Amino acid sequence: MKTASPPQSTAPSAAPQPPSPSQGGTKGAVEGTATWALSDRIGLAICWALGLLFCAIAVAIVVYLFIKGISYLDISMLTTPASAGFSQAESGGFSDALIGTLIVAVLAISIALPTGVATAIWLVEYGRPAALARITESTIEAIAGIPSIVLALFGTVIFSSTALGFLSRSSEGVVFGRSFFAASAMLSLVALPLIVASTREGLNAIPRHVREASYAVGKTKAATVRRILLPSSRPQVATGAMLGLGRIIGDTAIIIVLLGATQNFAPVEEAPFPLDYLRGAGTTLTNFVYEASPTGNLNQPEKAYAAAFVLLLMVLVLNGAVDIVHRRARKVGTWSH
Amino acid sequence: MEPLTSPPPIRRLQLDDPAPATEAAPPASTSSNGDAPQQSGFIAAKRSVGAPQFSIRRMEIDQVSVFYGEKEAVKTVSLPVRQGEVLSLIGPSGCGKTTLLRSLNRLTELTTHARLTGRILLDDVDIKLIEPTLLRRRVTMVFQQPNPFPMSVFDNIAYVLREQGSRRQRKKTLEPAVLSALDRAGLLEEVKDNLDHPALKLSGGQQQRLCIARALAAEPEVLLLDEPCSALDPKSTQVIEDLIVKLRDDVAVVIVTHNLQQAYRIADHVAFMYLGDLVEYNSATALFGSPREKRTQEYVSGAFG
Repeated sequence: MKTASPPQSTAPSAAPQPPSPSQGGTKGAVEGTATWALSDRIGLAICWALGLLFCAIAVAIVVYLFIKGISYLDISMLTTPASAGFSQAESGGFSDALIGTLIVAVLAISIALPTGVATAIWLVEYGRPAALARITESTIEAIAGIPSIVLALFGTVIFSSTALGFLSRSSEGVVFGRSFFAASAMLSLVALPLIVASTREGLNAIPRHVREASYAVGKTKAATVRRILLPSSRPQVATGAMLGLGRIIGDTAIIIVLLGATQNFAPVEEAPFPLDYLRGAGTTLTNFVYEASPTGNLNQPEKAYAAAFVLLLMVLVLNGAVDIVHRRARKVGTWSH
Repeated sequence: MEPLTSPPPIRRLQLDDPAPATEAAPPASTSSNGDAPQQSGFIAAKRSVGAPQFSIRRMEIDQVSVFYGEKEAVKTVSLPVRQGEVLSLIGPSGCGKTTLLRSLNRLTELTTHARLTGRILLDDVDIKLIEPTLLRRRVTMVFQQPNPFPMSVFDNIAYVLREQGSRRQRKKTLEPAVLSALDRAGLLEEVKDNLDHPALKLSGGQQQRLCIARALAAEPEVLLLDEPCSALDPKSTQVIEDLIVKLRDDVAVVIVTHNLQQAYRIADHVAFMYLGDLVEYNSATALFGSPREKRTQEYVSGAFG
């Protein structure tokens, strides 16, 4: 493309070049790599290639699960519990596992979210005594590093104690120690470090003078946290909660060890309605996928794909929800630094 | 927590009558009778204000020193803060002017290793005896960076008006006070059609005026301004300067500024600080026109700083 060239000079090199190469939709001038050293150009190429590779992997997983999942998924699977049967047609669906996942997610996040946010607020806004804050910090980091199967084992010790018998099935003084309560409590530890880290990040991003502006009109620290700091860090809290939820619904080790990993709900008969299920053993989608996969006891891989697809959908919905929170926050704006 | 031993502080609820007739006449100025406009060799800036109509002593800084650990940031400074006047603190960076300003509403206490000696009186009551949140409603502050809260324009003001612990008042009950605060900060005309607009989406100058409105909403006796225009363009600066001059009858204004012209334009009294010392305190015309101290002379003529 050529613009009307002003006949001003015989030396064309002196005329400023219009930024014509960047017509690919990018705004502003794009820096050319022609002047770069060879090693830099190779580095850039590797970055590009790796980026594309990971995109491809992610897309492949999603597309594969979509195709497999949709072809095997039957709405009846979502509504019928698993049952014993000789063929896949007779063995029911995974409604118990689906509900189990929801129960575990709700219980665990309702423990982890308030605890995590409160911990982050204390660490960032109070942080005294300093020694205790340091210990808390490294403890949370340590929890983040503990494999969930280790947490699960530790959970069996705790929840099998007689004092906590009311959280699971117990008979004649022997505590079973496996229940939705037990699994959720331990799963909340899996999500906690993510929520703490994310909330801290959000709080730290708020300039100090904003806090002072609130104190300077006579507000207490508590009011400042509640009305200014927490609303401002809502996107980060949401991100942390989403990451935590992802870990909770994706965890298998704790479910197998602490939820009993039965095929169906196993409510405790003597307890009143919601408690009988929560104190009883159960299953979740991850456990169902494991059991239904070729290595599991059920060996019905088609249902495993269907369940995995449902699991994936849940994660995608969570991602979308966090996106909405972030978009809302952008509408409110932020401070210039 | 110290019990309140002093009588309850005087709270003016309405500012409609800016000059309470009951107040005593301004005390004869301590050192400066130099309000007579002396012709200064100083910069071509114009004083945008006349001499104050009246002045009432609201705060008294009495032999105040502030230490950050071992470092003495403010060294035995004594100053009066008067309603009806604008007091400007000037001086090079790190001379302690912001620290002094922040100690007036006990914001320095938020810094863990800060320590203050001496007395600061607000209406003859030592501010150490006033509960900090109460004090900070009477001595409010505007910061260098515009920092509205991440909520609507209305809620920014309402946040200040809502009492802690009590039930959240309805929007309707708060509306008159919100509008009046916005009006006094000269922002009402621009935002009245959309009070639900996110405050952080206003322009920088509007944001800063919102911060002033917020500070005024608490009906303070003293307004502290920490370089309020340093992040703003000249036009917004002018708007805010005009506003500050208008406010001086309602509240005692203390402004920290790096901008000497600004101090000359709007201040009635100027305190020049250098390395924590109060070098010179005088009326603006006298301090810029015929400084008594050599260091002041050098600073205002641009020799250092």
